[in-house]
Amino acid sequence: MSRSAPESPRPGGLRARLVVERPAFRLDVELDVAAGEVVALLGPNGAGKTTALRALAGLAALAGGSIELDGRPLHTLPPEHRPIGVVFQDYLLFPHLSALENVAFGPRCQGASRAEARRVAAALLERVGLAGHASAKPRQLSGGQAQRVALARALAVRPRLLLLDEPLAALDAHTRLETRSRLRRHLTDFEGATVLVTHDPLDAMVLADRLVVIENGAVVQQGTSAEVARHPRTDYVARLVGLNLYRGVADGPEVAVGGVVFSVTERLQGPVFVAFPPASVALYRSRPDGSPRNLWRGRIDGIERYGDNIRVHLDGPITVSADVTPAAVAELDLSPGQEIWAAVKATETHAYPA
Amino acid sequence: MSGRLPWLLLAPALAGMAFLVLPLAGLLVRAPWSTLPARLAEPQVLEALRLSLVTATIATLVCLLLGVPLAWLLARTAFPGRRLLRALITVPLVLPPVVGGVALLLVLGRRGLVGQWLDATFGVSLPFTTAGVVIAEAFVAMPFLVISVEGALRTGDPRFEEAAATLGASRWTVFRRVTLPLIAPGVLAGAVLCWARALGEFGATITFAGNFPGTTQTMPLAVYLALETEPEAAVVLSLVLLAVSVIILAGLRERWVSRI
Repeated sequence: MSRSAPESPRPGGLRARLVVERPAFRLDVELDVAAGEVVALLGPNGAGKTTALRALAGLAALAGGSIELDGRPLHTLPPEHRPIGVVFQDYLLFPHLSALENVAFGPRCQGASRAEARRVAAALLERVGLAGHASAKPRQLSGGQAQRVALARALAVRPRLLLLDEPLAALDAHTRLETRSRLRRHLTDFEGATVLVTHDPLDAMVLADRLVVIENGAVVQQGTSAEVARHPRTDYVARLVGLNLYRGVADGPEVAVGGVVFSVTERLQGPVFVAFPPASVALYRSRPDGSPRNLWRGRIDGIERYGDNIRVHLDGPITVSADVTPAAVAELDLSPGQEIWAAVKATETHAYPA
Repeated sequence: MSGRLPWLLLAPALAGMAFLVLPLAGLLVRAPWSTLPARLAEPQVLEALRLSLVTATIATLVCLLLGVPLAWLLARTAFPGRRLLRALITVPLVLPPVVGGVALLLVLGRRGLVGQWLDATFGVSLPFTTAGVVIAEAFVAMPFLVISVEGALRTGDPRFEEAAATLGASRWTVFRRVTLPLIAPGVLAGAVLCWARALGEFGATITFAGNFPGTTQTMPLAVYLALETEPEAAVVLSLVLLAVSVIILAGLRERWVSRI
């Protein structure tokens, strides 16, 4: 498991171990986020991402562990005393207050005068490009605008920890693109630690410096998006980044996976992962000549359209996805149930320790 | 929807409508319209009307002051016996008002559990006073407000309150600036129901506060008494109560009370 967080205590940032217990569910994750760093909690639905975020905010009780922000304990404080800003999934802008009043709410609670709070709020609305919508009620705002007001409202309390729960999930595809790049700029400017929850790998990779993948309440992998994308360690991550992933046993340049032997460029011993992209799999009607490595016989389980190509699912000694061109499908006359040979180039196959 | 309306539903529906509307129509038909202005100006009528409006309004304010926090407690906190408390609170809703009046006498009467102490300590006696009218009305009307406000709290999204907490709001600030504005329609609907119930209160009032013109004789009491001595006056008083109810309901209906 790769960890970029140093072991010694740092002056700024978040160090947390979150244990939350629910009937039939237990969350136990460690999370280190440096000041200025953006970490994305990535995981399937029900993995515990939102629960982790609620625990950081003080909205879900910890059954164990601790939260430390900038060297001070956070878990002993109620939500209203934590120096946090939260952007909720559906924003939760107060419907009876204008955009300006929504943003001014936090500063007012922190004791700012009415005039001072409104000045801070107006400046923040200006920063997110909504100065012209200050008096609009939330229901008059578009999804993208509401998201920006929610961000301004969270930043208005000058938090040291910014928490975002699926900040782009409620937006349509077009708004999402623009809002994502805007959000990226604001997160870059933010000086405190940021934790972002998402189930969208693209959001995670664009917005975050580091990914922490959670499955079933536990961290299964973490690292930069490039590391995670190259070396997936679970089927979920492999699916997200679009790779075929297998566990095997390495002996030098060869890895045995089920009944198939892969040639790889790495030299490793013992348990390893082997990963390769579906586009590197070639299909043949009859057994191709040459080395028996990286070659196996499988049965076509399904054929579906995938972008401009066709994705073929194969069953056999290993299950694999292969991306081939429509021309190849026609030429090979592929149909479900058919037996076929599959091969993958050694240079496209990547092995790393399990 | 198309096709014929089923008579098995339509017939009872029309009968039900007639049953509710005809008595009101009868009131309008038999009203002594020629002598109406003179009768309305009678000091006894004006006095009963003023007393009714004042006591019902004060009773509603008391219910708001005590009932909204009570509804909040029931909807937003968890404590042992909460379900039992909720059941107890709704008892006055189904209790015959006369029984309520008797119960109030037993507690707040001059010999009552609390009344005895009030009399001895402060020299205050509540039965058969205008304050007694307010207490009787509030006792009977408060459950309407509590139920209505609690319903509004339960259907409201508590995550708005969480959002406010993450912005640094104390629980009191959350209640004042987020919870209360969001449930305002429910509070107003409850207050209207509460006020209407207080305005029409009869049984508990006459039992606990008696029937003294000027201090405890509200409109419903005046109507009942007039019916025995002067039926025409009873019709006039009833018309006034009907008019007040309709005006209040119509004034608030479109904007606020549509969810009742």
